[in-house]
Amino acid sequence: MTAFILRRSLQSIVVLFIMSLIVFVGVNLVGDPVDMLINPEADQAEIDRVIRDLGLDRPVSEQYWYFVLNAFQGDLGRSFIFGEPALKLIVQRMPATMELALVSLLMAVVFGIPLGIYAGLKPTSKISKTIMAGSILGFSMPTFWVGIILIMFFSVHLGWLPSTGRGDVATYFGVTSSAFTLDGLSHIFLPAFNLALFKLSSVIRLARAGTREVILQDYIKFARAKGLAESRVVRIHLLKNIMIPVITIIGLEFGSLIAFSTVTETVFAWPGMGKLIIDSIYNLDRPVVVAYLMIIVVIFVMLNLIVDILYSVLDPRVRIKGVS
Amino acid sequence: MRQALDPILKINNLQTHFFTKAGILKAVDGVSFEIGAGEIVGLVGESGSGKSITGFSVMGLVDPPGKIIDGSINFKGQDLSALSNNEMQGFRGNRIAMIFQDPMMTLNPVLRIETQMIEAIQAHDGSISREDARIRSRDTLGLVGISSPDERLRAYPHQFSGGMRQRVSIAIAMLNRPDLIIADEPTTALDVTIQGQVISEMQKLCRETQTALLWITHDLAVVAGIADRVCVMYAGRIVEQGLVANIIANPMHPYTQGLMGSVPSQNRRGKPLQQINGMVPSMLNLPAGCAFQNRCNYANEKCSKMQPDITQLADRRQVRCFNVPAGQQV
Amino acid sequence: MGASANKQSFDLPASGLRKFWLDFSESPTAVIALFVFLTILFIAIFAPWVSPSNPYDLTSVDIMNSRLPPGSEDFSGNFYILGTDGAGRDMLSAIFYGLRVSLGVGALSGLVALILGASIGLSAAYFGGRFETIMMRIVDIQLSFPSILMALIILAAFGKGVEKTIIALILVQWAYYARAARASALVEKNKEYVEAAHCLALGNRRIILSHIAPNCMAPLIVVGTLQTAHAISLEATLSFLGLGLPITEPSLGLLIGNGFEYMYSGDFWISIFPGVALLITIVSINLVGDQLRDMFNPRLQK
Repeated sequence: MTAFILRRSLQSIVVLFIMSLIVFVGVNLVGDPVDMLINPEADQAEIDRVIRDLGLDRPVSEQYWYFVLNAFQGDLGRSFIFGEPALKLIVQRMPATMELALVSLLMAVVFGIPLGIYAGLKPTSKISKTIMAGSILGFSMPTFWVGIILIMFFSVHLGWLPSTGRGDVATYFGVTSSAFTLDGLSHIFLPAFNLALFKLSSVIRLARAGTREVILQDYIKFARAKGLAESRVVRIHLLKNIMIPVITIIGLEFGSLIAFSTVTETVFAWPGMGKLIIDSIYNLDRPVVVAYLMIIVVIFVMLNLIVDILYSVLDPRVRIKGVS
Repeated sequence: MRQALDPILKINNLQTHFFTKAGILKAVDGVSFEIGAGEIVGLVGESGSGKSITGFSVMGLVDPPGKIIDGSINFKGQDLSALSNNEMQGFRGNRIAMIFQDPMMTLNPVLRIETQMIEAIQAHDGSISREDARIRSRDTLGLVGISSPDERLRAYPHQFSGGMRQRVSIAIAMLNRPDLIIADEPTTALDVTIQGQVISEMQKLCRETQTALLWITHDLAVVAGIADRVCVMYAGRIVEQGLVANIIANPMHPYTQGLMGSVPSQNRRGKPLQQINGMVPSMLNLPAGCAFQNRCNYANEKCSKMQPDITQLADRRQVRCFNVPAGQQV
Repeated sequence: MGASANKQSFDLPASGLRKFWLDFSESPTAVIALFVFLTILFIAIFAPWVSPSNPYDLTSVDIMNSRLPPGSEDFSGNFYILGTDGAGRDMLSAIFYGLRVSLGVGALSGLVALILGASIGLSAAYFGGRFETIMMRIVDIQLSFPSILMALIILAAFGKGVEKTIIALILVQWAYYARAARASALVEKNKEYVEAAHCLALGNRRIILSHIAPNCMAPLIVVGTLQTAHAISLEATLSFLGLGLPITEPSLGLLIGNGFEYMYSGDFWISIFPGVALLITIVSINLVGDQLRDMFNPRLQK
């Protein structure tokens, strides 16, 4: 088990390095920041000074080396636009994104799993067919478009919920979140639901596929043969078995939730990392883009690692060595 | 020799049909037999003969598109086929228990053994405490010959070998001291060396606890060793039944004769193995007349026109064949 | 005597296309979806001839006609069934032209990604060894990142523009094709006809192209339809964010993005109608792809 974790961790570090290289080299090809930031009227001396300050005159390999060195010390460059350390900017906005992603995940799971199980247990019922049709729809609709529709309907038309921004925050047990206040909840509901919708359809499909497979297994029949009530068969025997693949996929999907938050945050003007990165790409704010991508890669690699470990923990067949 | 006791299970003309897109499959087509208290009855037949479905029908576990459409299943005075699923739940695992074929797949891989045993007890006795249920589980594990039962309770199914898992299944079946255990090919998936152990232990257990046992198998040799009486099934019908000793010594139905002949030990060395020629007809397309006619050495014109009825003989013997020697009829 | 007892019905397999249609039409929804998609395809290809006007012909567009609601007429008697946008362009025409761009970009990137990914996947499966391991690791790593992230990284690196968007889409998609191609090639590789081809000493390239590839087409087609829908959706998202196609080649995504701001003042049609067109396109492709997938799934064969 420890050897397994060690091996996966090593692999993750290798991936990190490779991705950092790709990110750095790639981003360095973006436009010419010199033109972006320096007054065209400035004289050559001024231009040279700025170039030297930002380190743009060194060879690329040297720039990369300093980049890595600084990265270890937590310095990922300074934003061209804001003048602040890129890392600081991102970290400031991370809680908002995490909050959004977590609430979305919760929504997707809490609604998705029961719906999927139902569709799996009674595949021919009208409700199930509606659920499945809905899931195709949810899967097809681009996230940004759903967001627009939601805003149009619930904000502009009905005026029930606000369409932009984050609400008030409150702190419980050392965690500050807008989900703890009523105002915050009203602000987070639409964007979280928007983000969740896409995931909802894959959770439903997963739960349904898992249910259809598990319900045919002998141990389900055996459980019934023991005289167990059907509710227990579903609640304990079925659920525990489909949870394993569902949870692992959900864990991986959490990463894509963070990625898709770029879209939702833009649509709903939610002050998270996602909006920051879109604006930064637009404005050619290289350090911020690089910093964001690096952090995302780290998050992803860690997520994959956690999910791998989680899988081995959840499935006793992997955790405890068997006999045969 | 066991006397004919009051039957605890009386199946009369059971018909379980499957309504598939390709047609109606008569998996069980008029099966009748009885099991007395504490009696061990074997139900023998090849794959597709309907023997497993018979077992599931008694338990009320026939999956759609299958349905019991006729006949009665009388268990200690109650007709099980008329009960609702909720009412059947009260019997399953309680008064009638079932053991399945493949012990690998029967136990839920992500739940501990004790969970799977305690829930079987608590499903039928809401008042029992978890600790008491655990103690009973532990004792039953000991009963089936599993050592260090306390540790074993905390284990997961994959930590057991195949034979041990089947013993656990047997233990689960015995937890609530049922009147009848239906065992569907319980030793087929086990190693040959373990098979013998499990068979003899089950026999001993049932005798000691006076539990009736319906042993469903394709292997006549197994049944010969353990059962008091045997029913031979073919294409959804029982073609012969009676006391084991009588049937082995004097098989009357051509199919039973074929089965006896094809057992390797019955054959002589060097001579080609006897087989029954032909194949089981497709259950969707049974011929008019006797289902065995295309493989039978004695088939005549009568066999192709009508299905034979049951001929009752001495010693609770029944045969379904036109060609049964006339002199032995009751 | 035995023969009649074992009588089974054998259908002679219907000719390829006919059988395909019989299987496909088992789902009426899929058939409807196919027709819808074909209609959209027709509109997209023949947009200049089918549209009421050319929204990008500056001489025919008048700013005085801007933001007219659906169903209105302007002073010259032009009827705008879906209204006009902020610059006075007819929405219906804009949508038709937008479909052209969206479908074009989606199809082109899909096709190239298919060829690229399938080649890599087939070769990896066929040649095996280190080549396969390395390629598949790359595929796995890329697939573990969501597509939008990959696209963002690529666009951040290379900048915006039509070619760059298409390249980004190709780079995002090839991995899916590679994985599908390899999986089915692995299955085919072990079949006898490949051994037979080996015995005939046919060249590797010939074996891969003429023998293995045709048998892998089915799953690739399924992946193709679903991925094309995905690509169209992705491109729309990127254009909406302002990172994809430029204003001179507006796809549906860009139209939606441009119309977004007008929503707050109640001029919903500038954003919604292109969105509906996008949705119909994607849903119809997905439905067709779903049915294809069910058809080719051996586990669901009757």
